[in-house]
Amino acid sequence: MKIGRREFLSFVIGGAAGTALSPLPWKLMDDSSIWTQMWPWTPVPENGEASYVNSVCTLCPGRCGITVRKIDDRAVKIEGMKKYPVNDGGLCLLGLSGLQLLYGPTRIKGPLKRSGKRGQGDWERISWKEAISEIVEKLGELREKGRPQSVGAISGSDRGTVPRLLERLLTAYGSPNFFRMASVRDSYELTLDIMQGVQALPGFDFENADFILSFGSDILEGWGSPVQMMRVNSAWKSAGVKVIQIEPRLSNTAAKSDKWIPINPGTEAALAMGLAHVIIKELLYDNGFISADTSRFDDWKQLVIDEYSPDSVAAVTGIDAGTIVVLARRFANASKPMAICGRGDGTHPVSLTECMAVHALNALTGNINKKGGIFAVSDPDYIHWPEIEMDSTAAVGMQHDRLDGAGSRKYPHSRYLLNRLPESILSKALYPLEALFIADANPLYTLTDTQDTGKAFEKIPLVVSFSSFMDETARHADLILPNHVYLERYEDVPMPFGMLQQAVGLARPVVEPQLDTRHVGDVIIETAKGLGGSVATSFPWKTYYLCLKETLGEKWQAMVVNGFWSGSKSIDQALKTSFDTASGKFEFVDPNTGLKPQFKPVQIKGDERQFPLLLMPYDSIRLAHGYIGDPPFMVKTVEDIVLKHNDVFVEVNPKTARAAGLNDGQRALLGTPLGTAKVRVRLFEGIMPGIVALPRGLGHTAYDDYLAGKGINVNTLIGPVEDPDSGMNAAWGIRAKLSKI
Amino acid sequence: MSTSDGPAKKTIKDAAHETAVEPDTEGKIQKQDKGSGGSIILFFIFGVFASLILGWIIFPKLLYVKKKQPIDFNHAFHITQVDNGCESCHFFREDGTFSGVPKLDQCIDCHEEIQGVDRNEIKFVEDYVSKYRQVPWLIYSKQPNCVFFSHAAHIKGARMDCVTCHGHIGESTSLKVYEQNRITGYSRDIWGKNIAGFKKNPWDRMKMDDCAECHQRDAADIEKTNIKSPEHRYIDNIIKVFSPSSLSLEKGDSVQTQKDACFVCHK
Repeated sequence: MKIGRREFLSFVIGGAAGTALSPLPWKLMDDSSIWTQMWPWTPVPENGEASYVNSVCTLCPGRCGITVRKIDDRAVKIEGMKKYPVNDGGLCLLGLSGLQLLYGPTRIKGPLKRSGKRGQGDWERISWKEAISEIVEKLGELREKGRPQSVGAISGSDRGTVPRLLERLLTAYGSPNFFRMASVRDSYELTLDIMQGVQALPGFDFENADFILSFGSDILEGWGSPVQMMRVNSAWKSAGVKVIQIEPRLSNTAAKSDKWIPINPGTEAALAMGLAHVIIKELLYDNGFISADTSRFDDWKQLVIDEYSPDSVAAVTGIDAGTIVVLARRFANASKPMAICGRGDGTHPVSLTECMAVHALNALTGNINKKGGIFAVSDPDYIHWPEIEMDSTAAVGMQHDRLDGAGSRKYPHSRYLLNRLPESILSKALYPLEALFIADANPLYTLTDTQDTGKAFEKIPLVVSFSSFMDETARHADLILPNHVYLERYEDVPMPFGMLQQAVGLARPVVEPQLDTRHVGDVIIETAKGLGGSVATSFPWKTYYLCLKETLGEKWQAMVVNGFWSGSKSIDQALKTSFDTASGKFEFVDPNTGLKPQFKPVQIKGDERQFPLLLMPYDSIRLAHGYIGDPPFMVKTVEDIVLKHNDVFVEVNPKTARAAGLNDGQRALLGTPLGTAKVRVRLFEGIMPGIVALPRGLGHTAYDDYLAGKGINVNTLIGPVEDPDSGMNAAWGIRAKLSKI
Repeated sequence: MSTSDGPAKKTIKDAAHETAVEPDTEGKIQKQDKGSGGSIILFFIFGVFASLILGWIIFPKLLYVKKKQPIDFNHAFHITQVDNGCESCHFFREDGTFSGVPKLDQCIDCHEEIQGVDRNEIKFVEDYVSKYRQVPWLIYSKQPNCVFFSHAAHIKGARMDCVTCHGHIGESTSLKVYEQNRITGYSRDIWGKNIAGFKKNPWDRMKMDDCAECHQRDAADIEKTNIKSPEHRYIDNIIKVFSPSSLSLEKGDSVQTQKDACFVCHK
């Protein structure tokens, strides 16, 4: 039989008919439609038992309570914890995206030892035993040589048991060099120390205040505890509380305030003094408080009257004299006025005299230690550990001056001056730093003048990072001993800066550790035990968990049940600390140094002729710029007028742009004395002429592809400027120029 | 229209050509026609049979991949050991969600040590219980993520029996082979063992129509629950889309979100 064309066609037609009569086409159609409804690569949450775990978010200094929803063993959603003193159910973008940090690919999977050159990214996985013995060996060697002071540690915070254990390790070992990352908290701590004689944090009774004068504090951009401030701001809106925002740039806070007063950058203290001038001259101050509870008012008054008349202040600040007078009257006539400071989100200190000047306004209206005012809130005193045993080596080591000069004759009040560390290392003025431990901090990204910081780090023979993520500092470390991520570990978390309540939250593991990480508290204890002798005996605990439980004692149970422990609730009883100065009164002038609230211009870097503009960083709630960078979810929220592809926009007033011949969206070269960077120009009427504003939180070189390589790290362009009174970095910007490419 | 002229003319010409040729070779053509006619039909039948075999026998074999459960579980035995029937292990959680296939925690009470000498028992305790590894059961009735389904509404609300949908699995002494659809990833039980989609019992198949079958069983039910068959709903939706004024939708309702519309079950 011959198979021809006709036979073949017949076979095909028969086949088609048969196929139509078989389930094949219909089943395939059905299956493919089901397949398209459920792409197999779409992540689908597992079904399972839902449960909730209360913990505390420690991604930023805001310290919100969180409730994490779990399905079986997997955390699937982070929500704000209801009734938590800080946030009462609210949560910010960063807190919401925390699961990407827990399950994301940027995490370090286990202890790593550098195998190539520093910063090259070549690592060798080692065991925990090896990692800890490496540290113990190095520390033992330095101690034997009698140089225990050459070991340092940088911590994100100095409150709570974990930073205290790290500090304890250094002390028992013999080094005074424990550093804390700086913030406006440092300025406030010093101010309260000098003016009120107390070692405390400020607590702002925002709920009861009725007039807010913010000297550049971006209440909606992360100042204080971000979620708390968002809630407070909403309450102000419904209660009709007036918010006056003073800053050179129309931030979200300024846009939502009742009045935005643009001011020449860095002259906030002058305005505070000008307001004081009007208040004093017009006798608008609280005479009862001033005469009964303050000291050396007259000394200061003379300075205010002589040097800060509205006209002279107007010349400095660029705000007209009439506005200053009206503002002073409104402030003084409000029943609960409050003045606050700390530029942007407050991650950088302000000069001591500026903070004192702003705080003096609160004293003038007598709004201190009373409802609707500012309180000095001391840390809840719950960490009672046995005395540190110090052998002779430790005692000798501790005799040395701190490398950063804090507590020295020059800066007696300052506790930590991390900004001075790089210079101290590079200048070799004191002694070398031979080993550095870094926990919960990313100084190579967050310290201003990253280049100098990097050079200083190069000089340290051993850099150990406890980071859970491959951040800039971890990348340049010699050893990485990854800590558990916050959702995997126990930690006590005292209330953040600005809170009235004396309370401690409990961060606890939501999930089991996902990788080969170890709690930094445990690593510290193990290291101490490894060192032996008096260092080991100073650490009588087996594990960090036992240490924490023992430290918290009776509070532990309450913390496990409620998620936090709260001290006395009554503000009047617990927080009304009397002034603990030598005079027992509020000091307008430091009796020891004669320092008074005044305007001392911060000498920012750069020559005016070469760099005619001013570069100012600004903060956004959508850009995390501390130890933790933006997780991918958060990067998605950054507007394309801030970041477009990999280009960052600088905000420039149209007048300034016109003078430089630049148009909206155009690429330009931004230069400062520290370096240059390619940016795009965004014309913005909301910024004063002559200023260029660049957002903080971009320009990472580490982390992942979602974050690295996007925009510019403003800290590479700005250098620190030492405040002559405190030693803190008071730089609010730097001189800059903008030119066409 | 002018474009169709060309081919039309050609067809006529071809036909004329064929008729012209026909008388000359009549005998031969007739003979050929007979032979080719037979073979054409034969090949047609071949084609039909081949595709029928392909479609009915080979295709289902190719479509499904057979997988063995990690452990051969004996439902019949376990049901004699518990007090509360199926719900002893397949229980409702406190929040009303259904636990589905048991986790290791439920088994550990009895199976901490090896019970007896059964091969499956030894494997279960040694490989899973002692290592605290969850058993990767293959779930015949796994719900897709694109629909909401509430066991509570059916078992607690409508007081239905497990057997109605799941059949007599509780009486089985061993687990059947899990046949996974290579395209969708679902178990064969969803479409049904019968590739044509015929079924004898309600539990033989569990696609959307099978839900609807129950939900529209009698007219009274329709009145009571206002649930209609998918076809009905489809037509209703078309009416709603093209002539929304013919229906009185409440404020905020849309074709997709009103009572008993697509989004009631579909996400």
